[in-house]
Amino acid sequence: MDLYFLCFILFCVGLYGVLRKRNIIKIIIGVVIIEYAVNLFLILIGYRLSGRAPVLETDQQIQNIVDPLPQAMVLTTIVIGLALIAVLVSLALKLYEKYGTFDITKIRRLRQ
Amino acid sequence: MKLIPLFILIPFCAAFLITLSAKWGKVVASVLANLAALSLFILSLFCINLVANHQILVFKIAGISPLLGISLVADALSAFMLVVVNLISFLAMVYAYSYMRRYADAWKFYALSMFMLAGMNGVILNGDLFSLYVFLEIASISAYILVSFGGQAEAIEASFKYAIMGSVASIFILLGIGLIYSYTSTLNMADISSVLATVPQGTLIGFVSILFLAGFGLKAAIVPFHSWLPDAHSSAPSPVSAILSGVFIKTLGVYALCRVFFNVLGFSCNMPMIFMTLGVLSMFVGAILAFAQNDIKRMFAYSSISQVGYIIFALGIGTPLAILGALFHLFNHALFKPLFFLNAGSIEYSTGTRNLSSMGGLNQKLPFIGYTSLFGSLSISGVPPFGGFWSKLIIILAAVNAGYFGFAFLAVAAGILTLVYYVKFQTFAFFGKENDNPLSVKGIPLAMKWPVAFLAAASILTGFLLIGPLRPYLDSAVNVLSSGIAYNDLLLGVFKQ
Repeated sequence: MDLYFLCFILFCVGLYGVLRKRNIIKIIIGVVIIEYAVNLFLILIGYRLSGRAPVLETDQQIQNIVDPLPQAMVLTTIVIGLALIAVLVSLALKLYEKYGTFDITKIRRLRQ
Repeated sequence: MKLIPLFILIPFCAAFLITLSAKWGKVVASVLANLAALSLFILSLFCINLVANHQILVFKIAGISPLLGISLVADALSAFMLVVVNLISFLAMVYAYSYMRRYADAWKFYALSMFMLAGMNGVILNGDLFSLYVFLEIASISAYILVSFGGQAEAIEASFKYAIMGSVASIFILLGIGLIYSYTSTLNMADISSVLATVPQGTLIGFVSILFLAGFGLKAAIVPFHSWLPDAHSSAPSPVSAILSGVFIKTLGVYALCRVFFNVLGFSCNMPMIFMTLGVLSMFVGAILAFAQNDIKRMFAYSSISQVGYIIFALGIGTPLAILGALFHLFNHALFKPLFFLNAGSIEYSTGTRNLSSMGGLNQKLPFIGYTSLFGSLSISGVPPFGGFWSKLIIILAAVNAGYFGFAFLAVAAGILTLVYYVKFQTFAFFGKENDNPLSVKGIPLAMKWPVAFLAAASILTGFLLIGPLRPYLDSAVNVLSSGIAYNDLLLGVFKQ
């Protein structure tokens, strides 16, 4: 239960970064932290206390293994997250080129 | 059954080939993208007929049982959505043949559009929640890049805003999927709902509902989550805006919402009321903000929010008649909103401005755009005999039948507001007096004309199609949603075969 709670705190830290920070690089880091918190949560779902790796041999009894499905899911989300971060960082660089600042409150040509 | 994976494979292969053939110029890339989109459209027509005969088609990837592995499921609702998505994508690709010529690296646009199309087809076809998330991300990430494609400061700003909000929404969806998995130990949609029927539903399902509503609601741009849409849709190149507004928000938002809420979690508790309230709120906020816009593309973007509000409102009523109205309005909106965005692109191409106040009297110089926009305007503002009138009429009748008189009145009022701002658009842009400093007008190439002509013709015809050939397909799609959780027993039966 403690682990889930810590995971939730990590999620909130990321959300705080996205909502409150003014520097766009810090906002991107906030998104990354939220994503890692959810990845950690998925891993925790599949974890069994003192469970072993889910490798199936032919003459083996299956007892107390961790759930492999969330691990497969997390691998996929990490790859998706990589693509997302690449897009976000390149957009941030382009924004810096155009506006000369990383401050989100000064990037507001759309709202004029 | 072998047909279904083609909807995902063809656009992926096309994107690959476009990237390989980049050095041979824009025409090759454009022809490849057009061929892929055309073949997908023909396949989707084939698929909807196949589904009409067989009801449900299932493709098991690698032959593993759908309960353990990944499966693709095509039923009446997915087949209907496939036709809409692939038709609009094909028309946008034809339009892009001329429109995208001014960009140096147009092949990137075609490759990314194909990725987006693959993602949308994947969202429509998949049978389990996690691959829904994966395809949703494929479509979303390509959309973030496509929004910034023009390269102006505004486009990049809009794209960044959209990317941050969209990625947080996706993470909410992933968190919801994780919670559902921890509760039911399965990811297959049909299996989840059959497990949920046997265990007591605690507060967890309510929490997951909120996560999904926020996540998919942001993708659909329902009102509290709408702020990215006007920026993103107005900054993107016109063919992209047409796909985004016409089908993208409906596939990733509305389709995913109704699939998850009607067929998986069960449409009960406070959900109908929440859907209706959010729908009415979207209608009004969208319509009022659209009225205040001076940039035509921003006006159309706000109008999209308003029209998606109608769809969400009708889904919230939940009776079969209301769902028929929702799906028919989705179809109509997918026809006339791309028409407006493509015409906005043509106006920009021809005159170089999107500003409503610097237009005026364009009808003499660009009669084609003027009259096709008139058809679209009449349809979207609900003038009989156009398609938009019938779908709004069905939605309002369904609301009255279900006893929601207040909401029905509000829907009528929002319809009148829609009429007002489209009349404003037509008078200011096309029928008004010519401006003091007249705009220089460039001729519009044929490839930018005929998709618009097709859409304008379709927006008249859909009203009659409802009586005739369109009805059985729509009815079977409505049946999928209105049978709710019971539909999954049918699906599980097919899985076991």
